[in-house]
Amino acid sequence: MRAHAEGFRGGWANPALRVGDGVGAMAWAEFRKLRHDHLDIITRSVQPLLWLFVFGTALRRNRALAGGFHDYRAYLAPGVMAQAALFIAIFFGLAVIWERDVGQLQRLLATAIPRLAIVLGKATGAAVRALTQAAVLLIVLAIASISIRWNVLDILGSLVLLLLATGGFACLSMTLAALVRTRERFMGIGQMVMMPLFFASSALYPLSIMPRWLQIVARGNPLTYEVHGMRQLMLGVSTGGTLWVDFVFVAGFLVVTALVAARMYPRAIL
Amino acid sequence: MSAVTVDQLVVRFGDVEAVRGISFEVHSGEVFGLLGPNGAGKTTTLRVLTTLLRPTAGSAAVAGHDVRKEAIAVREAIGYVPQAISIDGALTALENLEFYARVTGVPRRVRAERIEQSVDAMHLAPFLDRLGRTLSGGMLRRLEVATALLNRPRVLFLDEPTVGLDPTARQLVWERLAILREQAGTTLVVTTHLMEEAERQCGRIAIMDLGELVAEGTPSELRTLFQAPTLEDVFTAATGHRLEEGGGFRDARTRRGLSRRLG
Repeated sequence: MRAHAEGFRGGWANPALRVGDGVGAMAWAEFRKLRHDHLDIITRSVQPLLWLFVFGTALRRNRALAGGFHDYRAYLAPGVMAQAALFIAIFFGLAVIWERDVGQLQRLLATAIPRLAIVLGKATGAAVRALTQAAVLLIVLAIASISIRWNVLDILGSLVLLLLATGGFACLSMTLAALVRTRERFMGIGQMVMMPLFFASSALYPLSIMPRWLQIVARGNPLTYEVHGMRQLMLGVSTGGTLWVDFVFVAGFLVVTALVAARMYPRAIL
Repeated sequence: MSAVTVDQLVVRFGDVEAVRGISFEVHSGEVFGLLGPNGAGKTTTLRVLTTLLRPTAGSAAVAGHDVRKEAIAVREAIGYVPQAISIDGALTALENLEFYARVTGVPRRVRAERIEQSVDAMHLAPFLDRLGRTLSGGMLRRLEVATALLNRPRVLFLDEPTVGLDPTARQLVWERLAILREQAGTTLVVTTHLMEEAERQCGRIAIMDLGELVAEGTPSELRTLFQAPTLEDVFTAATGHRLEEGGGFRDARTRRGLSRRLG
């Protein structure tokens, strides 16, 4: 039996390596897709730019909204970056449903790649997209000379936070997709989840101006911690958070959603 | 040695019993056809064998591994081409091959060589750089089979491999599969609802209807047993009714969507 004798397990004795390889493969595929479709990055950048330049400019001198910070557009920038990434991540679930309707999901689940690797790979894919988007936004910020602190380490730190959170939201989205299973229902659920996440967070305004009940909701929202951390790194001022707490909360969010998604994901094919 | 063993397999979805205690065996190196109308339980059976679905009762083993207890070992030993398109349209043919080589754990040092062999086996060389969504139905199917060969599977499962293909493309797919079986000794398990295709291409056949296995044997054995001139007549004789299109909304949608996309 020549077909099997040569085997292929050699490289995969170690389960951790398997997850690593799988994640690498999924992320690689997503990156290649992006290379074939530059337009996607451009069109997706329109909405965050509208928030930044229309909404942000209109409310530019509003100190309360900026939590006392002198420029609302700079204050808004990390929030808009995080929101754009959130949109990408939430609609990754839609891709799962699409892949179920064609045969890709079945195919993938019948290979020896661990479920966790599939889920983390997709999450990495979402993060790759979010990163290209973030790069575009950073370039725009530089051109428009919006006053964020251009410190390389701080920017890298805020991108790490962005990646972790985007991965987490993508896993959340895949879990939802596995539960609702049809595109129509997912569109509804996606909106239902995304808008509250966005408004009940520190993306647009500080928690301190929210009513008490909304503050409590926002305290449980990963987006709040993501934006707090990014803001502290990009602006150099704390706007109501502690940096290490932000990182721990966002990383914890990713771990939990990834584990849940890895369990739920195979149910998408039923 | 048997490539697939199915023993008293039962799959239930709520109140519906999709597979009702079927047993059969597929020998190493043969082309085995699972036949029946849509809704007969063929795809469900295939999903159990590819570890996508846990059986309600009974047991199944593929390449000597239990589908329940040794799912990973089964997945390593098989290739699976589902009925719907499993190629990523946003990637080129070559990128699809590269992707499946990676997710099926083909070691880096032999990847290029395996891809080349698959490309040769399925005659894909002329359109490696085209995006998946621009390929014709026959090219897509061959590309799918090629991606399923990269890990050198012992058993290759194909769900309705020629649905939506024109006769020439259909012929080419079968031709390449036959050569694959001869050269690599790969066992092929194929589902189809096309009786005359099964008659021509399969060494042995199991006929399913309403979740049960109603007949099993070589095409000529079955014709002799039921004293019928064609497999279609064998089906009627074995089940007491004619072969009709079944399946629900989703089946129909997948099928039509498929033939639309496959042009």
